[in-house]
Amino acid sequence: MALRTAVAAFALALSFVGIADAAPRTDLRIGLVLEPPALDPTAGAAAAIDEVVYQNVFEGLTRIDETGAVQPALASSWDVSADGLSYTFHLVEGATFHDGTTFDADDVVFTYGRITAADSVNAQKALYAGIDSVTAVNANTVEIKLKGPDGLFLFNVGRGDAVIVAPESAANNANTPIGTGPFKFVNWQKGADLTLEQYAGYWGTKPALTKVTYVFINDAAARVNALLAGSIDGINNTDASTLPVFKADPRFKVVVGSTEGETLLVQNNAKAPFSDLKVRQAIAHSLDRAEIIAGASSGYGTPIGSHFPPHSKDYVDLTGTYPYDLDAARKLLAEADYPDGFSATLKLPPVPYATVGGQIVASQLAKVGIKLTQVNLDWNQWLTDVFTNKDYDLTIISHVEPFDIGIYADPNYYFGYNDPDFQAIMKQLNETTDEAARKELLIAAQKRLAEQAVNGYLFELAQTGVWSAKLEGMWQNAPVEGVVLSGIHWTE
Amino acid sequence: MTDLPAPEKRVWLRHPSLRIGAVASLVFLLVGFVSIAWVPYPIEVINVGAAMQDPSPAHWLGTDHLGRDMLSMIMKGTLTSFVVAAIAVAIGALIGVPLGLAAAAWGGPAEWFILRVNDFLFAFPALIIAILITTIFGPSAINAMIAVGIFNIPVFARVARGGALSLKTLDYVGAARLAGMGPIEIARRHILPNIASLIIVQATIQLALGILAEASLSYVGLGTQPPATSLGLMLKDAQTYALLKPSLALIPGITIILIVVALNLAGDGLRDQLDPKLRRLGGARGAA
Amino acid sequence: MIRFALTKFLGLAATLLVAAAITFAALDILPGDPARFILGINATPDAVAALREQLGLDAPALQRFFGWIGGMFVGDFGLSYTQGQPVGQLIAGRLGVTIPLTVIAMILSAGIGLPIGILAARRRGSFADAGLMVLAQLGVAIPNFWFGMLLVLLFSVTLRWLPPGGFVPWGENPFAAFASLILPSIALALPQAAILARVMRTALVDVQGSDYIRTARAKGLTLSEAVWKHGVRNAMLPVLTILGLQFAYLVAGTVIVENVFYLPGLGRLIFDAISARDLILVRSSVIILVLAVIGTMFLTDLAYAWVDPRLRSRKAE
Repeated sequence: MALRTAVAAFALALSFVGIADAAPRTDLRIGLVLEPPALDPTAGAAAAIDEVVYQNVFEGLTRIDETGAVQPALASSWDVSADGLSYTFHLVEGATFHDGTTFDADDVVFTYGRITAADSVNAQKALYAGIDSVTAVNANTVEIKLKGPDGLFLFNVGRGDAVIVAPESAANNANTPIGTGPFKFVNWQKGADLTLEQYAGYWGTKPALTKVTYVFINDAAARVNALLAGSIDGINNTDASTLPVFKADPRFKVVVGSTEGETLLVQNNAKAPFSDLKVRQAIAHSLDRAEIIAGASSGYGTPIGSHFPPHSKDYVDLTGTYPYDLDAARKLLAEADYPDGFSATLKLPPVPYATVGGQIVASQLAKVGIKLTQVNLDWNQWLTDVFTNKDYDLTIISHVEPFDIGIYADPNYYFGYNDPDFQAIMKQLNETTDEAARKELLIAAQKRLAEQAVNGYLFELAQTGVWSAKLEGMWQNAPVEGVVLSGIHWTE
Repeated sequence: MTDLPAPEKRVWLRHPSLRIGAVASLVFLLVGFVSIAWVPYPIEVINVGAAMQDPSPAHWLGTDHLGRDMLSMIMKGTLTSFVVAAIAVAIGALIGVPLGLAAAAWGGPAEWFILRVNDFLFAFPALIIAILITTIFGPSAINAMIAVGIFNIPVFARVARGGALSLKTLDYVGAARLAGMGPIEIARRHILPNIASLIIVQATIQLALGILAEASLSYVGLGTQPPATSLGLMLKDAQTYALLKPSLALIPGITIILIVVALNLAGDGLRDQLDPKLRRLGGARGAA
Repeated sequence: MIRFALTKFLGLAATLLVAAAITFAALDILPGDPARFILGINATPDAVAALREQLGLDAPALQRFFGWIGGMFVGDFGLSYTQGQPVGQLIAGRLGVTIPLTVIAMILSAGIGLPIGILAARRRGSFADAGLMVLAQLGVAIPNFWFGMLLVLLFSVTLRWLPPGGFVPWGENPFAAFASLILPSIALALPQAAILARVMRTALVDVQGSDYIRTARAKGLTLSEAVWKHGVRNAMLPVLTILGLQFAYLVAGTVIVENVFYLPGLGRLIFDAISARDLILVRSSVIILVLAVIGTMFLTDLAYAWVDPRLRSRKAE
């Protein structure tokens, strides 16, 4: 009897599948590697926050599209004053927050006031420090004045850190996010999954999906199994090492794109022997990028020669600055008074590209006599030891922030790189708004970093997603952190 | 001095499980020790071009995802797993046995206190505390040993105390007491030698559990760290390749099972050989 | 009996207090800054400082310790650093997974392990005995995360009978919730079932030689009848001890199994909280687990005293 019931239920389930096949599905289950600690993108740096809410639940005045270009969002258009110091945003009309309150200029003023306040806990507070004032001209117009020209201002306005929140709900956004986006937050089963549903009152184009569930799966092998068993429909970014299984399976498609993550062998430039240019050059000559990419990232990723993403229009290929050449490396080491090499520690954060990459780098540098002791740290220890206290020789890390070449101009940054020439280039860049002139300066900056071999420039991190073959409209590249749902739809 | 039967050849033959277990354990131990002096290929050298090869005359067990020789990895991994577990057992026995004996010898408040410490250690979910310890002091094989070792202490204390209590009532212990020996002296000269076999049995079983515990810690990333390797770490690394190259997970997985079974067989066999009187003390049962 | 229970209870309370002190101290020396972790590497030092102050991380250690202990007495476990929610609420949300998971695993391990042990003991020396004990040896020796993965590959990926992981809340669909706990509880129960089978067999074999079994046989019972009627109850003593101890192992084992099957349980909550340095969450969850384990040991002791009346009169150990 029980068996017959089970068989009947199974047959019923099969027939439901048949019906579902007739009309395209409108629900989606996405796997996420890490669960967001909270859901307020203006009060935390975790990428998982943006992966759930950016452009889905929350929107900014502008938004970043798949190519990394700035597009209108809650501001339908804007005017920039001739001196580049004043931006006037014209807001869309009819937009509402998910709790039903209307969106207007006061929300914008509130949002920016919150970001720039003295007690602000915004993770990218420094990006908005140049804002002088934010004024509501009328209900649908906002004027933002800057202290100095900022070529990246409109991009920064479009980041997850500057999404518009309402004074009525902002305090609770960590657990019940209320934004203006096409999807509203429904439920968060902590530790398991999080559900969004289409927001009926959305001001813009309605997305194809009506219900989206994010499933948090930390274990790489468990993610593979979840996809194969059909309990999730796709993963935005997963271990490259697991991709071959899906490439061979017609039920899936593998989507490989670029990110803003420059993966570096970071050298403590303030500390001997890495303060010696010849040592840094020797290390650069000893790194075989092709092998590192093959081993640490299963072959996905583009070699880089400086701190700049290859898909950028201002990119220049500098991978040939110090080509793989062990003899040259040994000669430079001898000139630097380390004919037999030296010993150093390599402190690694807990991400596969670093733990595996560290083994490969250690194996490669051993060939010229540089003996590395690998120390594996958890994220907190890495942040404390390496990033905050600068107590390290070498580390491997991917810098995923877009347009972050400016970090090299800060002598207090953990790179310990203090170069007046580079700082001058950056200062000039920040004051330049002319596109052609900016390009020239950016190229000069990339070249300076490559020649100085500040860090070992390894590869641009790839975004390796796996999705059901019947899904369309996913972003291939990741110019910003996020999984933008509005374009995703089922084909059958 | 001892009232245990000496292990004779005849007894060995009667206990095939002991023979199989002991021989297999020693073989694995030997393989591990050989790796100190020699492995077919150094495991620190990575050759991504030669990754995931099938077994061949050059690589008897093939190569892993970074092109390292699987046989060399298994040899080194066996050594690490054994060493981690053995040191954890040593920590447990060296602290736990004296504690257990002291509790049995002195009784009273000392015994109460030691039993509370025991309860206390039993009460902490061992793996979670091990995770905490390795997070505090940094993930490494050494910290894994300490973390596993701490939770071996109550096991050995319990066995030692149980054994000592039952011996305490025996005539010769009473005689020694009448002869004016102090409790420590009695524990050292009369009790310890007689519960040694119980402790060895327990050690064998904890060794097997220690190898599994190391694997669990490695699975959550807090055990052995690269470039070193252990059987648990190999198994963990192979999980994502389970469908692509099943042998990467099967080889270390089966090795772990074989070692643990061998150690348990040896432990069971040893226990079966013990004096039935001691056997009833049920020392090994604390091993769960 | 009451005196026995009282003494045991006092021991429990003392253990709990020491556990609280040690947990607090251990976590206080944990390197890492929760505020920096939350805000990431691009945050300015003053934003980090502002968050530290908001979280109350700058207060002296003693003040925080007594605040924590005092709070727990009135059911206030504090606010999670990373999630901004009451810790008690977060933990309660996870119990709906971990308690059923542990209970199902205990039932499974007893339900599989004990009959196998009894069967093997009754057929001592037979082929079935040898076969079952080989299985038990293997059961003890398989690392549980690997076994879990093999289960998923077979039952979820290949046969598609059961979900590979995740959890559907009980309130939404109790059948689906139960289904998502089947594979994890098997993975969790296997080694414990194997251990129980071995203990049960040994205990029964031991009582077979005892006086009262001989007496029972003299009265005309067959050996298996005698063992069944008189032996099993006596053999339950060591088995009860093991069951009590097993609870602690099962609870700890949930960390691994909840990771393999991405279940939203207490073990994973603690694991994630440790890596995020959500100290307040780690502390309170660890104490809850310790309470659960020593509470179970307390109950085991009472059950033990009930099964074996001699213990009641003896001075409580």
